[in-house]
Amino acid sequence: MAPTHSLTPAMQRQRNARLRRNTFYLALLAIALVAPFVAYPVFLMKVLCFALFACAFNLLLGYAGLLSFGHAAFLATGGYITGYLLASYPGLTPELGILAGTLASLGLGLAFGALAIRRQGIYFAMVTLALAQMVFFFYIQAPFTGGEDGLHGVPRGELLGLISLADNLNMYYFVLAVFVIAFALIQRTVHSPYGQVLKAIRENEPRAVSLGYNVDAYKLVAFVISAGIAGLAGATKTVVFQLASLTDAHWHMSGEVVLMTLLGGVGSLFGPLVGAGLVVSLQTQLAQSPLGNWVSVILGAIFVICVLSFRSGIVGEIQKLVKKNFK
Amino acid sequence: MNNKSSVFKKRALVAVMASLMAASAKAEISDDKVVIGYMDDMSGPYSDLAGPAGQTAVEMAIEDFGGEVNGKPIELISSDHRNDPAVASNLAREWMDQDAVDMITGLNASSVAIAVSKLVEEKNKFAMVTTAAADSITGEHCTPNHVHWVYDTFAVSDAAARAIVEQGGESWFLMSSDYAFGHAMEAAVENAVEESGGTIAGKIRHPFPTDDFSSYILQAQGSGADIIGLASAGSDLINAIKTAYQFGVPQSGQTLASLMVFITDMHSLGLDVAQGTQFVTGWYWDMDDQAREWAERFQEREGRMPTMIQAGNYSAVTHYLQAVEATGSDDPEDVRQYLMENPIEDFFARNGRLREDGRMVHDMYLAEVKSPEESTGEWDLYEIKSTIPAEEAFRPLSESQCDLVNN
Amino acid sequence: MTMIFGVPLAVFMGQLMLGLINGAFYALLSLGLAVIFGLLKIINFAHGAQYMLGAFAALLGLQYLGINYWVALLLVPLVVGALGVVIERTLLRRIAHLDHLYGLLLTYGLALIFEGTLINFFGVSGSSYPVPEALQGGVNLGFMFLPLYRGWVLVAALVVCLGTWFMIERTRLGAYLRAGTENPALMQAFGVNVPQLITLTYGFGVALAAFAGVLAAPLYPVSPTMGSSLLIVVFAVVVIGGMGSILGAVLTGLGMGLVEGLTKVYYPEAANTVIFLVMILVLMLRPAGLFGKEA
Repeated sequence: MAPTHSLTPAMQRQRNARLRRNTFYLALLAIALVAPFVAYPVFLMKVLCFALFACAFNLLLGYAGLLSFGHAAFLATGGYITGYLLASYPGLTPELGILAGTLASLGLGLAFGALAIRRQGIYFAMVTLALAQMVFFFYIQAPFTGGEDGLHGVPRGELLGLISLADNLNMYYFVLAVFVIAFALIQRTVHSPYGQVLKAIRENEPRAVSLGYNVDAYKLVAFVISAGIAGLAGATKTVVFQLASLTDAHWHMSGEVVLMTLLGGVGSLFGPLVGAGLVVSLQTQLAQSPLGNWVSVILGAIFVICVLSFRSGIVGEIQKLVKKNFK
Repeated sequence: MNNKSSVFKKRALVAVMASLMAASAKAEISDDKVVIGYMDDMSGPYSDLAGPAGQTAVEMAIEDFGGEVNGKPIELISSDHRNDPAVASNLAREWMDQDAVDMITGLNASSVAIAVSKLVEEKNKFAMVTTAAADSITGEHCTPNHVHWVYDTFAVSDAAARAIVEQGGESWFLMSSDYAFGHAMEAAVENAVEESGGTIAGKIRHPFPTDDFSSYILQAQGSGADIIGLASAGSDLINAIKTAYQFGVPQSGQTLASLMVFITDMHSLGLDVAQGTQFVTGWYWDMDDQAREWAERFQEREGRMPTMIQAGNYSAVTHYLQAVEATGSDDPEDVRQYLMENPIEDFFARNGRLREDGRMVHDMYLAEVKSPEESTGEWDLYEIKSTIPAEEAFRPLSESQCDLVNN
Repeated sequence: MTMIFGVPLAVFMGQLMLGLINGAFYALLSLGLAVIFGLLKIINFAHGAQYMLGAFAALLGLQYLGINYWVALLLVPLVVGALGVVIERTLLRRIAHLDHLYGLLLTYGLALIFEGTLINFFGVSGSSYPVPEALQGGVNLGFMFLPLYRGWVLVAALVVCLGTWFMIERTRLGAYLRAGTENPALMQAFGVNVPQLITLTYGFGVALAAFAGVLAAPLYPVSPTMGSSLLIVVFAVVVIGGMGSILGAVLTGLGMGLVEGLTKVYYPEAANTVIFLVMILVLMLRPAGLFGKEA
């Protein structure tokens, strides 16, 4: 494409930035496409699922400024509903199962959101945590989840009734596709006018109110989208691992997603991706090493360090560096 | 009914055909090594009864076997699954995909055993469940790829409950752990009590694990039943018993019946509290010379006496290795075939044989915890009252819900 | 046998009694959270871990130093409280100027560190702490057999809660504290050392948690995870009561214990969830909490 003369320098810059970003996306996608030939595909799928979960969480914290400490509930709901449907109705194809799980999380998100946005800041965090704990207890007792035993033997099935997902490679590309689509959706949301208003609310809520925005409605929509995508991550994860369990509903999981996002960089699109990748690799690598039992101590230490002196996260700090040195 | 049995027949036919095809093709040791994976609760409520010391037993078995089978090395990997079926299942998947694990053993917590055995079937590897107790493991959850070695909920509770009812303990309140193990035990006890003329006055399930048993104990007290049956294990059992003592349960005339008893539990409760407990066990270190000899070797390494699980770990791994050696193959079908065709007999298992549902049946023992006066040493805790013959000790095949059994 | 709605009186009263005892723990812990929140404006996510540290300190003190229960009851809150002082001085102070959510995240990280470290040394299955000799046995209350120790827990917790309330509402130190909550800048201008007040407040809140931990040690297995699930229930209690008043925290704690006990009588399946259901109800009808001022 030949540059047009009528572009102002600002537009030119913007255009270059977009070009750079697209090249970056394409490079990442290329890496993702060949990755399963280098690394263990199940591990990569785990990273992608958690990255999606973290992205969903980040949409809420990074762009709406709401710290939810109960996102495990959505991950688990997506997983349980999808798992239950796929295990009980053999005719159901995986993509429909995942869709159902996502919708269930969306619905739960609406209920949670409507309650939680009545309180702000720290109260919001506590309310979401308590609501999620209630969901946890519900899943312990609900007969369809298998309680403490978990829900096992979920068939991976055949995508659209055609492609067998039992094969790890097929499964991987399906998970990658789900991730890319959801990621694109998040990116569109953030850059849309709606996303701009959300940021304005985060920066100065009273001002947004005085400008006539229905702040609560904006927050609620963000909460619901975030819950839905978290559910999608959980649903996909259940198909990959063929099980859904209480681990996903436990509040430690809510804490982990906060850590992934914080470590990668709150409010940057790629932050959660990097954070999820790091945390999942750390857990997997350490589990096999003599340090295996120290995982939660190490995660805790990372938390403390991030909060004390690394609040922009890895991606955030890199962006700062780039800005400082190349401007 | 008709429909169901025809499905089973079809399955059996498929199995026969598959075995015919397999016999010629796969008789070899895959990857030129035999990899055994030991996963268990290494740090939690069940870690005393199996856990790290169970791994020691597996290591002893491998060492005693000479560290190799038919010239191929034996490797062991192990991990803590924290009683979490999700952790266990992910670990098992990785072990089988990445680490060429041929056989997985240990598998504490019935929920874990059921989850992993399904995966093992899908990946066509082998599992030997030693620690988990639910009899549904070789009932509705049976697969051609796993066997159940030491004991199960039916074997430990059926005979014990009948004996207690016969002695006059007719009305029961049942408290069980709320997962596969507790559910299976609850069903077995209910059945035994009712069949032998007793009644169930009430029952309640508690989460696994539970810290505070007080409200459950209160409910058991309020039921007025003669017997409070405890279908919990490990530290849950210990906590339940201690709480019952705090609330004056035994003092007021109700009797506690612990059904899932390990020597480590009785050791930590102490004879003052535990004396007189009647239960069924699969093995006791002091039951004869053969058992004592192995137990003393174990004690040298661990500083304490083995539980029936730890002894069973050694037994299971040894028989697996023998099967691999004899058939020259680590294919699950060959191994299972060999184990079914040969008697299972060692310091642990007496009159043992592997049934078609994967249940290894062997003699079980009705035992009683000694009083402090009767005991002559730290680990002199049980008196074996009688032997329950192998063929009577376990749920009969005629009642089996396993697809592999032609009923 | 007397029946109350189809339940024997003994079971009914017994469950209420146990509920009240649980409620005493909720009250002690939510009180500590409220005191800390008042001045620091952060939610102390390490509160459960500090409660657990209290129980462990008592256990280890007994095993290795021969410190008996009664000494531990006084000493352990001081030691763990001192740890709280160190945490405030070295960590929390550095992020005091930031959004208070960072305080929540930092203390969450600390909780993970404490819990994880102890799990490595002691496993998760828990050890038992003997009931002090003077409190062994029990009394027959007519409707139930109450172990003496449980009765003592209730009394001790109530005394400490009321003592704290008295200190905050009726003493000069308490007056500073309340004023500091309202307007720290003004207090500083009046010559009160506000940073020091903050440090002491955090230390005191942590000491309350540790005190609850020592009380709990002979009741529950002392394990590294004993505090974490309790804490979430306490959070719900705090949301129900609102952070407004000290007395509110105590009353809500006790009340929720009773509600839980009642649920165990009539619908035990919901015993774990009932407090959260109450929370939802309160959020719908009175979002600021029962005793809260509009946040």
